[in-house]
Order: sequence, then structure tokens, then C-alpha cells
Amino acid sequence: MSAISEMSEDVLRAEEGSLYPALHRMEEAGWILAEWVTKDTGRRARVYELTAAGRKQLAAVESRWETVTSAVNRILRTV
Amino acid sequence: MSLWSRVVNVFRGNRLNREIEEEFETHIAEAVEQGRDPEEARRAFGAATQRRQESHDALVVGWLDSLRADLVFGWRQLKRNKVTSFAAILSLALAIGACTSAFRLIDALLLRPLPVAHPERLYVLSRQGIGFDDKPGSFDSWMYPCFQLMRAAAKGDAELIAVSYADRADVTYKTDQEMEKANLQHVSGWMFPTFGIEPALGRLFTENDDLKPGAAPYAVLSYDYWSRRFGRDPNVIGRTFHFGDGVYQIVGVSEKKFTGTEPGTIVDIFIPTMMHRGVTRSDWTWFRTIVVMKPGVAGEPLRAKLAAITHAFEENRLRGESGLSPETLKNVLANQVLMEPAPTGVSGMQQDYNRALGALGVLVLMVLLIACANVANLMTAQAAARAREMALRVSIGAGRWRLVQMVLVESALLALLAAASGALFAWWSAPFVVSMINPPDNPARLILPADWRVLGFGIALTLIVVLLFGLLPALRASSVKPVSILKGGDDPHSRQRLMHGMIALQVAFCFLVLFVAGLFVTTFERLSNKPTGFSTERLLLLETTSRPKQSSLYWDQVADHLRAMPGVERVSQASWALLKGVGWNDSISVNGGPPSTDLAYFMNVSPGFLETMRIPLVSGRDLRESDTYPNAVIVNETFARKFLNDVNVVGRSVEKASDDGSRERMQIVGVMRDADYRGVREPMLPVVFVPFHHMGATGEMRTVSEETFIVRTASANPLALAATLRQEVSKVHSKFHVSNVRTQLELNQAQTVRERLLATLAFFFGAVALLLAGVGLYGVLNYSVQQREREIGIRMALGAQVDDVARRVMAGISVAVAIGAVAGLALGLASVRYIESLLYQVKATDAGVLAIPCLTILLAVVIAALPAVLRAMRIDPVAMLRVE
Repeated sequence: MSAISEMSEDVLRAEEGSLYPALHRMEEAGWILAEWVTKDTGRRARVYELTAAGRKQLAAVESRWETVTSAVNRILRTV
Repeated sequence: MSLWSRVVNVFRGNRLNREIEEEFETHIAEAVEQGRDPEEARRAFGAATQRRQESHDALVVGWLDSLRADLVFGWRQLKRNKVTSFAAILSLALAIGACTSAFRLIDALLLRPLPVAHPERLYVLSRQGIGFDDKPGSFDSWMYPCFQLMRAAAKGDAELIAVSYADRADVTYKTDQEMEKANLQHVSGWMFPTFGIEPALGRLFTENDDLKPGAAPYAVLSYDYWSRRFGRDPNVIGRTFHFGDGVYQIVGVSEKKFTGTEPGTIVDIFIPTMMHRGVTRSDWTWFRTIVVMKPGVAGEPLRAKLAAITHAFEENRLRGESGLSPETLKNVLANQVLMEPAPTGVSGMQQDYNRALGALGVLVLMVLLIACANVANLMTAQAAARAREMALRVSIGAGRWRLVQMVLVESALLALLAAASGALFAWWSAPFVVSMINPPDNPARLILPADWRVLGFGIALTLIVVLLFGLLPALRASSVKPVSILKGGDDPHSRQRLMHGMIALQVAFCFLVLFVAGLFVTTFERLSNKPTGFSTERLLLLETTSRPKQSSLYWDQVADHLRAMPGVERVSQASWALLKGVGWNDSISVNGGPPSTDLAYFMNVSPGFLETMRIPLVSGRDLRESDTYPNAVIVNETFARKFLNDVNVVGRSVEKASDDGSRERMQIVGVMRDADYRGVREPMLPVVFVPFHHMGATGEMRTVSEETFIVRTASANPLALAATLRQEVSKVHSKFHVSNVRTQLELNQAQTVRERLLATLAFFFGAVALLLAGVGLYGVLNYSVQQREREIGIRMALGAQVDDVARRVMAGISVAVAIGAVAGLALGLASVRYIESLLYQVKATDAGVLAIPCLTILLAVVIAALPAVLRAMRIDPVAMLRVE
């Protein structure tokens, strides 16, 4: 979350906790795979990994995003 | 991750929540490790509880999760009110079980199609109109030569199949001493192929087995009989048995599913029709005709064609008939031929029991509705107690349908538990009722499968029950307005109105059940207390056969031998026992006149029969050993009045006019009191007792193949002698053997089997209905007093009298009860014509019949109301006011 706000230079800001429901929804959709691992500190943590389906979905969503933004950009330029 | 994991997660909700929680904690712990301030990290994380819920929702199937929560909650609610829940489940279980049981019986007897190819194409032929006995009726028995003509005419349109009435016959596999009973049926050889029935073993009949009279002494066993009698021994093929005068060879076993075309009887042995002695006789009707239509053939033209053939056949047969009165002849020829659908087969039990089972079905349905109303009232009362909880749920955002679902799930849980116990009850009770139907020596057997039909009915019934008792309270509970609860409760009268409406319904249904039960019980009482005109005391009946036929002198020797046995007081002979249900009738001609339209009924008896049966002789004398048929006869009073218009008829003679035109002159030597002959329900018949001794044309004594020895024993239990006497009969002469032993009392009781069954079950359900309605009334009254404790306390403080309080408590309920009783009465009077054929000498408008339900309900109301009224009167105004 802090990465998001840093990279967007504080334009996009979200509660850190909202990451998890999103992760869980993606997990249910089969786009990511979760696994419990035990860290050196003895604490258990969940590690997520993109699946093939997830990669495909990401590509699809990315390309849709590209299409939409470029279309919007084109409109903005012509006006 | 998939739907499956989301389903699984529903049932590990707590663990799921813990895992989500752990993930959150790890996140914060890592943030702290990276040097962030714990406070800041938590703030940046946001609302953890909300996030957890979001994650939880993403990881489970939503509706299933809420259902699970409701189930757990509902179960807790049921457990909290243990006594009421138990009572509700028990009453519902009894009602659901009884309904399912009734459905099983009705389905097995009346609804289930026969397991044959295309049962929907089956029809049965019958004739309707005035019969030979001058009484209107419907007759489904046919004569074989006519059947052959009809079958030939129907070729191409339909196949006709002859199926005799399944008969409990004597068969022997080894010696005659090991004679046993089996349900035997003559069927057309082409029945099996037409029905598409396959053999389980060996072969079945074909058309070739049914071409020439007496030419195919073969038998096919039913699977049931093969299993019961032979333990599925494959070597049964080729074995022989004796039946009647013939020896039959077993050629095959039919498919398991096929048990014959007579629901209520499972056929043991099938024999080709051509082996029946009546197959060449035009005047002997002994089988049913089943029509199997070809697809696309219209029914009416075929029926008309068959009717024309029957009419022509009968006209031809009866032409020049001198033994019938012209009027009877005209009536018989005017009979209509009917062709009715028979996809479920056709049996006497169907005809006898369809009304009775229908009536029972309605009774148990009423009991179910009463139970539902009870539970609905219970739920309404509980909903009142839970109004605050509901208001709270609404305030924190529960939707209305969510609340409806919650209450309905609780109802469904209740109904499910009830249905499960009800299924057990039905599993036990349906066969129990069947076992009560026939006398023990010829039990009715009905295939009662617990298959998808019964299961489907049970599920549908349970769902309906849930909606019936659950929906209204659920809707009421969910419509709660938090504001009105905060104000101290909504309009209490609307809830009371609902409960009083339920009480009115209960009383109406209860009245109906009690009314009908009263009719059935009265019918049974009248029939069983009706004097039969003879005594059954210590009478043992030995139904005896001989093969070959024996001279009646030999039969007398057997009787003499039995008389000498210790423990035997008297022995008489008759062609059959009174009230066995069979008869022999002919017309009577007086002074050489035409044959009478009314028929007289005959029976061979030995001298001393009247004394043994304790039938008093009014005038004249008893038969003597020297009397021979038809020179000396005894008639009953009805006969004397009907045919001779006189009581003093000793010395007069009448002529017995047979169908074939022969006339036999009979001299009356005695007149006896009226006694029931064939059945207790029919009006007294004109009866003639004739001697056994019958000289043939050449002067030798006629032979007899069947007689019943009527033995009066010294001991109170006549059956104690049964085994000994059975052996003694065969000792005299090895050609004689007893085929059946019973008591006269059993025969008399067999006359009222259906009435006894109806009376017993109706009484039972009447009691249950009354109990349920009483409990319901008690509950509602108790609740309303509880609700109005404050009001009553204030009234008493202000000087209200005790009777005034009682009147107030009872006012609403009394109106409900009165309305219910009137509605029940109207229902009862309207429904009585559907059960009229089941009643005997009892009218719906009899004062006694009407008084039974009125008084019983009144008594129940008083008993149910007493505790509530007492409670109201014991309210201490001071204590009530102090509470406030």
C-alpha cells in the first residue's frame, strides 16, 4: 500500500487493510494462489503467487485499460 | 479455489475468521518490524472488523452461510423451549406420518399403475343395470364363449384378456394330507406376452397354452410365491401339484415386479383359462375381461361393438328361457356394457376400500391441519416474545426477507425433525393397517414400496406444512417496526385475532373429525350388535373337501365319527357356513305360476342343523335322516311372507324354478326364525334349507365334493380341538380332508372388518384431533392471560368481580369456538353424502350423532380453559401494580 502511494506520489491512497479482501477475491477467482509459510521470526505469513489464469487475466485487464485510457487520451487531445 | 472450497468454508467459519485475523496481524507485525510506529500502522490498516467481514464474504457462499447461521440459531431456539418443541414435533410427526401412511395405502391400492407395458391402455369391461336377483348393480364377470366372440371382433383394435378372480385354492405337492392354500388365478395364455412380462425362470404361457379346453395342465408361479414357498429353488421347474381334479406341471416363474392384476391380492399360481371347467359354459360367469387397446384406437366404437356382441349373445342364450320371470329377462337384456380405464388393475379390494381410504385420508389431513394450526399459534406466541429481538435486528440493518428466512428456517427444522419421525411412523403403520383388512386365514397383501413416489409425497407434504404453519408467523415477525416496540408494543389485538382464527379453524376440523368418527363408530356398533338370528357360541367350522366326490352317506359317517370324539357336543353339516358370503339362488313358482322376480336362497343342511345353530323352529318339524331332496324343506319367516303371504305354511309346497327351465317341487315341513344367510348388511333374504340326501334318477345317492362340519365343542375355546378333528376327518376315510378350520365367530367378525377398521382408526384420529385442539386452545388462552395480566390486575383493583374476569378471558375464545363448531357442522353435513355407502342405519342428522362432537368439544374447551381462567382469577392486583 505504501508502495502504491509512493509510486503514485500520494495521488492514489488506500487503506492498507483493503488489500486483503481484494486478495481473497482474486484467490477465489483462481488468479492467485496462496500458501502459508513460516517466517524466521516464527510468525506465519501468507504468500501469494500469480497463476497462469491470473497472468492471462492481468494481460486482458491491462490491455483493456490501455485501450480505454488511450481512447480517452485521444478524445482529450482532439478537443 | 472453487465453489467447493467456498462451500467447505461455510462449515469452518470460525477457523476461517481466525486465519484472516492472523493474516492481518502478520501484516501489522511486519510493519512494526520495518520500524513503523504500531499506532500509525494500525491506523493505516483501517477498519479491521469490516475488512474481515469483506474477506469472509469473499471466501464463502453467501446464502449457504446465512442458512447455516439460521440453522444453528434455530436449533438453539428449539432447544431453549424443549417441552413445546417436543410437543410440536410429536404432534406434527404423528400427523405427517399418518398422512404419508394413508398416501402409501391409497397409492398402492388405487393410484399406482400396474408394472406392465403401457398400463394406460388397460380397460376393464363390466355390465351395469338390473341383475338376475332383481337388484341394480355393476357386474364385471363374464362367460367364456361370449369372451371368445368379443376377442375375435376386437382383433386389430384391442387385445382382450380373461383373468379369473384370484381364488384361495387347495393345492397339494405330495400327498393329500399335506394340502395347502395358494392364491390361484386362471389367465389367458397371451396375457404375459401382451403385458410384456418376462420369465424369471423357465417359460411363461403363450397363446398355444390356451387353445383347447383341458389341453395345457401347466402352471406359472409368481416370484413372490416362488421365494416364499420354494426358497427360489431353480429345480421347481417340472414339479407337479394337484389342484381340483387335475395335475399341473410348473413351467416357469414370472418376473418379480408382476404380482397379478388384482391390487390387494398377490397371485401365487397362474393357470391357463382353458383349464377352468367354465370355459365352455355360456351360463357361468367367472372372470374379468381386461381390454388392452392398440394405440390410436377410439374407445367408444369398440365399446359399442363389444356391447352389441354381448347383447346378441345374451339374447340368444336366454331365448325361450322358462326359468326366469319375463321382467327379469327384460331387465337383464337391458344391461349396459361399460369399458372403464383400469391402469391400476382391478380388484374387489379397490371397490370395497376406495371410499374408506378416501375418508381416512381426509381425516388424517384434518389432523395434520389441526397440528399445523397448533404450531402456527405456538410460533406466533414465540414471535411475540421475540419482538424485541426482531426489532433490534431490524434496527441494525437486517432486511425483511432475511428475517423471514430466519423464522422459516426454524420452522423447516421443526418440520424436518417431525417428518423424520413421521416417516418411521408411516413405515410401521401402513403394513399394520393392511394386516387389519382381511381375516387372518386370507390376509390382504399389498405391495407397499417406499420409492420415489412416497418420498416425493413426504417431501412435498413437509414443504407445505412448513409454509402452512411457518409463513404467516414469519411474515408477522418480520414486519416488526422498531419504533412501535420502543413505544411498548404494537397492537396486541391483531396477533390475538390471528390466534383466534386458528382456534376457529382447529375447532371446525376437530368437529368434522369427531363427527365422522362418531358415524363410523356408530355404524360398527349397530352392525356388530345386530342380532344374526343364530348363535356362534363354541362353534368350530371344518371346511372339508373330498376327492373324488363322495356319496353323502359317506359324509354322514364322517360326521358320526366326529360326534363320538371327546369334547364334541354336537356335529351338523351344511354345504357352507352361514355368513361365509356365498349363496345359491333360484326363482320360486307358487301354484304352477310364472317364476318369481325375487330370488329365494338355498342351502343343504343336515338334520339337527337348526339346533346346532340355535335357530328356533316356529312351526312344523326339523329335517329327518329319511328326508330326501327336494321332498322336505324348511323355510324362514321371510320366505313364508314373501312368497306365500302367510306364516302358517307347513304342508304347502312351492316349485324351485331353475335357469335351465327345470322345476322341482318342494314340500315345506317346517318354518324357522329369520337368520342372516350371506351377509349382515343386506336385508333379510327368503331362505330354504334343503336336505343333503338326493336320490339320482337311477336311485343311487348323489355325491358331494364339499361340506362344512359345524361342531359345537364342550370347551369355551373351540379352536383347541381344531388340530385333533382335522386329523380325525382323514382317519375315517383317506379321501376326505379338511381344507380350512375356523370358528363361526371369526366368520361373523369378518363381516365387519371394514367397519371395524374405519371405527378404530377414526376413533384414534378423533382422539388425537381432540387432544391437539385442546392443547392448542389451552396454549392460546394461557398466552392471552399472560399478555393481559396487567390489565386484569388493574380491573380487579378497580373492583371487577371474579366472574367478570372469567367472562373477559373467555369472550374472544368462545366466539372462535362457536364459529368453528358451526363451520365444522356445515362441513360435516356437506361431506356425509360421500361416505354414505360406508354407513349402516345411521343418519347424519341423528341427535345422538350430532351430540357426540358437540359435547366432546364443549368438554374439551372447558378442560382446556380451566387453568387459564383460574390463573386469571388468582392474579393479585397488588403484586401486578407493584411490578409496574
